[in-house]
Amino acid sequence: MSQDGVNKARRTLLVGATAGVGAVGAGFLAVPFVKSWMPSEKAKAAGAPAKIDVSKVEPGAMVTAEWRGKPVYVARRTEDMLNTLEGLADRLKDPENANKAQQPEYADNLYRSRKPELIVLLGVCTHLGCAPKYVPEVEPQPFDPNWQGGWFCPCHGSRFDLSGRVYGGSPASDNLVVPAYMFESDNVVVVGVDEENA
Amino acid sequence: MSQNTNKIMAWIDDRLPVTQTYEKHMSKYYAPKNFNFWYFFGVLSMLMLVNQILTGIWLTMQFTPSAEAAFASVEYIMRDVEWGWLIRYMHSTGATFFFVAVYLHMMRAILYGSYQKPRELIWIFGMLIYLALMAEAFMGYVLPWGQMSYWGAQVIISLFSVMPYGDLLTEWIRGDFLISGATLNRFFALHVVAVPLVIVALVVMHLLALHEVGSNNPDGVDIKKHKDENGKPLDGIPFHPYYTVHDLVGIVVFLMVFCTVLFFFPEGNGFMLEYANFEPANGLKTPEHIAPVWYFGAFYAILRAVPDKLLGVIAMGAAIAVLFVLPWLDRSPVRSWRYKGIVSRIYIVIFGFNFALLTWLGTQPATELLTLIAQIASVIYFGYFVFLPLAPKFEKTKPVPERVTGGH
Repeated sequence: MSQDGVNKARRTLLVGATAGVGAVGAGFLAVPFVKSWMPSEKAKAAGAPAKIDVSKVEPGAMVTAEWRGKPVYVARRTEDMLNTLEGLADRLKDPENANKAQQPEYADNLYRSRKPELIVLLGVCTHLGCAPKYVPEVEPQPFDPNWQGGWFCPCHGSRFDLSGRVYGGSPASDNLVVPAYMFESDNVVVVGVDEENA
Repeated sequence: MSQNTNKIMAWIDDRLPVTQTYEKHMSKYYAPKNFNFWYFFGVLSMLMLVNQILTGIWLTMQFTPSAEAAFASVEYIMRDVEWGWLIRYMHSTGATFFFVAVYLHMMRAILYGSYQKPRELIWIFGMLIYLALMAEAFMGYVLPWGQMSYWGAQVIISLFSVMPYGDLLTEWIRGDFLISGATLNRFFALHVVAVPLVIVALVVMHLLALHEVGSNNPDGVDIKKHKDENGKPLDGIPFHPYYTVHDLVGIVVFLMVFCTVLFFFPEGNGFMLEYANFEPANGLKTPEHIAPVWYFGAFYAILRAVPDKLLGVIAMGAAIAVLFVLPWLDRSPVRSWRYKGIVSRIYIVIFGFNFALLTWLGTQPATELLTLIAQIASVIYFGYFVFLPLAPKFEKTKPVPERVTGGH
């Protein structure tokens, strides 16, 4: 094949244009394949609010409920437990709830709850998503000789106080999430809705 | 008779280069004659790949990839399918032995500098295989849908949440707001079709690149420098029949160990099949002690050693990523550790044992003492890659012989 008289510039342009159009086409073709991995309509519809009866939660005890497939912890703290919260500030990473994304405005307080004694938390460790274990007893633990009660994550050893605030030295960097919730009555908590997200 | 055979071969060779390919890769591929014990693990990795593909195909015939039925279908394979227990244990034990072979294969490359010029691409393809293998093993472990499957997936997928748009990314990977049947189904598709195809393709590239430049050897000397009058390397012997037969011995010994574990310790004392995985997945309750299967232990230990989420994930990613650039970090004028300086020689041995230590640490609960040890071991691990480029500055190497030493 003779290469004489070949217009190299035109050839380059044609090759470039063909490749460019092909690449754009491949990009469009990729969209349905990538998007099909997103949560389906069925998965989205499964996110209805969850009602939790808290009348049987004894002082000091915790119940686990399910909301959107995730564990929700509701613990009723005693007066003694609430008293532990004040003095912990210098052992915690975020004692003042500086990260506002971790709780709604009404839980942006020392107790991280609407009612001081009753705390509602997502049982999903902010490190890598395990369900932290409730260890309410104030006594030395293998993971913390000066344990003041709270949650301990068995996966990577993150520690949280009785308000779900993360201790310094934990692999987790954020406090446990307080989900949107409201009281339907004195004894029924509805998780997933509040005044703003009805 | 043989004339007819020759005619048939000639007919085929005119249309498909069968003889030429056979000679290039087998009967006229000259491998150094001084291969030692460490050189078994390449072929053993391939043997395990074949084992995984074969048993894997058979397992898909009985396995049901859905959140409702997966756990029960694995129990069905174990109890009701004829020889199902054997095929499943061959697959689960095969995963462990695959990683054993691959880790030793990698250690061989580190000892003898097999990643150095001109074998950088072989090493890169090898690392890509290793990466694909980790993804493959992780997704395979999710399929039985036990407690450890579920929470392992939860932890590993959450690693991606530290990246920009992390929440969107993890939702995209899971296909749901939590680990669910959607996740299981896509992992099944990736585990049985997509990733195996990638692994096989990478193995082909790995071998083509190897056969282009030729195998390294324990002395790290170039056997192509000294050739006989026919152009054959004086220190090389044809791969077939010499190394094919030689490797058979290694395969038999390896399979003896494999079968011992397969028949007597198929759960590997909780290191291969974890006890928590005999309980169906429960998204509301994390097992008391969650740990990866042993072959991910080292990187998991590094992740846990860092008391910060983002930095921990970065450290873990870096621990794997740094291996990719190993060929450019090792500035030593010699390949094999045999001719490196004393500090290098000691550090290579420490590096190997330190990796084993990290592997063990990753499977243990995080106590204060073990976390401290993991932190020290992580520094030793990364230290090796800082040490490598500096070593030639203060260390003298020994003279490398012209020809290989030892061998048959």
